[in-house]
Amino acid sequence: MDNLATDHWYDFRDLANLSRVILEGIDKVAPYELAYIVAPIIGFVAAFVIFVLPSQLFVGVYGERRIIGRIQSRRGPNRVGPFGLLQPVADALKLLQKEALTPKVADRTLMWAAPVFFVAPAVLLFAVIPFGPRMVFADVPAGLIFFIAVSGLPVLAAFIAGWSSNNKYSLYGAMRIVAMSVSYEVPLVLMLLCVVVFTNTMSLPGIVWFQKDVDLWLIFMQPLAFVVYFIAVSAELNRTPTDIAEAESEIVAGYLTEYSGMKWGLFYGMDIGYALAASAFAATIFLGGWSMWGLEQWVPPWVIFIAKTHLFYMVFIWTRGTLPRLRIDQLMGFAWKFLLPLAVVNLFLVSLERLWWSESDLGGGIVFVIAAINVPVSAVAVYLWARFLGYKPERVPTRPRLAREAGGYVPLEEPVIGGGK
Amino acid sequence: MEGAGVNIAFYVLSILTLVAAGGVMVSRNLLHAVLFLIVAFIGVAGFFVLLSAEFIAMAQIVIYVGAIAVLILFAIVLTPRSVRDNSETAMVGPAILLGVALATVFLFVIHDTGWMTGAGDPGLSASDLGRALLSTWVLPFEIASVLLTAALVGAIMLVRSEAEESEDVPDADA
Repeated sequence: MDNLATDHWYDFRDLANLSRVILEGIDKVAPYELAYIVAPIIGFVAAFVIFVLPSQLFVGVYGERRIIGRIQSRRGPNRVGPFGLLQPVADALKLLQKEALTPKVADRTLMWAAPVFFVAPAVLLFAVIPFGPRMVFADVPAGLIFFIAVSGLPVLAAFIAGWSSNNKYSLYGAMRIVAMSVSYEVPLVLMLLCVVVFTNTMSLPGIVWFQKDVDLWLIFMQPLAFVVYFIAVSAELNRTPTDIAEAESEIVAGYLTEYSGMKWGLFYGMDIGYALAASAFAATIFLGGWSMWGLEQWVPPWVIFIAKTHLFYMVFIWTRGTLPRLRIDQLMGFAWKFLLPLAVVNLFLVSLERLWWSESDLGGGIVFVIAAINVPVSAVAVYLWARFLGYKPERVPTRPRLAREAGGYVPLEEPVIGGGK
Repeated sequence: MEGAGVNIAFYVLSILTLVAAGGVMVSRNLLHAVLFLIVAFIGVAGFFVLLSAEFIAMAQIVIYVGAIAVLILFAIVLTPRSVRDNSETAMVGPAILLGVALATVFLFVIHDTGWMTGAGDPGLSASDLGRALLSTWVLPFEIASVLLTAALVGAIMLVRSEAEESEDVPDADA
């Protein structure tokens, strides 16, 4: 634990100092159990003030709309406050005043409970993320599994939302989100297994320390894992290239069709919360967390970490503004036919490399060799597999399937030429 | 783990799990029953955390809440009229008999097992479990994998029809 912040409470490079001093103060005057209650409150308030609130409102809601507006050649929100910065606040106030309707035929209890079940895991996810060397709220030994387990829960909440609305489109959306998340969970977990095999640990601070010790981020050692993680998590998060569960051009708004007011607002806000959590997770695992090749001695580590998280989130916004939505069968086929074989191949490769590492006497420098092998191998694997599976684009479809099965185009009667008035 | 907080957590989790398990039994709507079952699973995961077995707790949530509960939900949604008209049946007698028999077996097992009560590493971390699965229990582990693969292939064979199979073969003129 060298070259890190000191233990003084005013050392803002490590905000854990502050909470520790407060807790020690409480310990002197109050029974021991009180710390149990106070610690979560301090942690939650600190995380909320320095990370969640600014990120959610000003990067999530405002930044996302401004950037997508820029991509789509329009201005985005620019009326409320300077540069429209207060637009998220205005939106929240509007949502709070709106009536949250519940259909008469809906399952009232479940429809009320679904947003609650949707919000709770988003808060839990940030518990295991290391914001700095000592700024981790719960240092769970199996933090990576914790993240996978908890990020599977909102799918159930979305399913409950769709089923309890008692609406055809809601149920379609619910079935789609469950089917999609079951499919994309497989390559996602396989890729995280690659990371665990390589780093030999399942604790998130441990993975950051691994990357700091070898002075190389996992994105260079595991580029394929990163690509597959990015695609799979984007599908899990239900963001635009893959948001078939609420595809507004097909099934109204999917599982959110019957929701209005702040109940809908909770779903919308927590979608951003999950995207931020996934970005923070990716920044931890693939981008080295709070470490930055020695820069963390000069800049507070939590600032580096939040910057990396937002960098990753920008890529989410970028893909959302750029790519068109996929059809459901294409999306499912992509998970099972494209991502899954790549994941299995990568797992095999990584296991071999790990074995080589533990047998060889090259020391820590071997990671650079592994990176030099893995980057071209991943690029070639993705390119060749895409070429092998890819459909050749047909500019002019010669025989569409519908026409072929219906026996081609059969005119009903002789068209009237020039006679129709 | 020990301390007053753990005791409080134990009783809260017990009440949560027992109430949820009761809800599974008395709920007339099958979907509500599954959601109660999920709450009971999460309560059991909480017990594992209290026993310092974090990895098993996480695996409990991933497997039971993330996979099995979703599977049951699918089965129920695809069953017509599963959410209403679930009244008493004549099977309630045998079911109670079976439940009592199962509880008796469990009570005997719990009574006869020598539980480790002292302090020390219970050997429940992920690396301990992995080492045990790949050394002592490698044969059951491999047999389970083969069984799962066979089940997977069998399920695909069951649901595929001749018509669908011919559809996937690319046409000569396509």
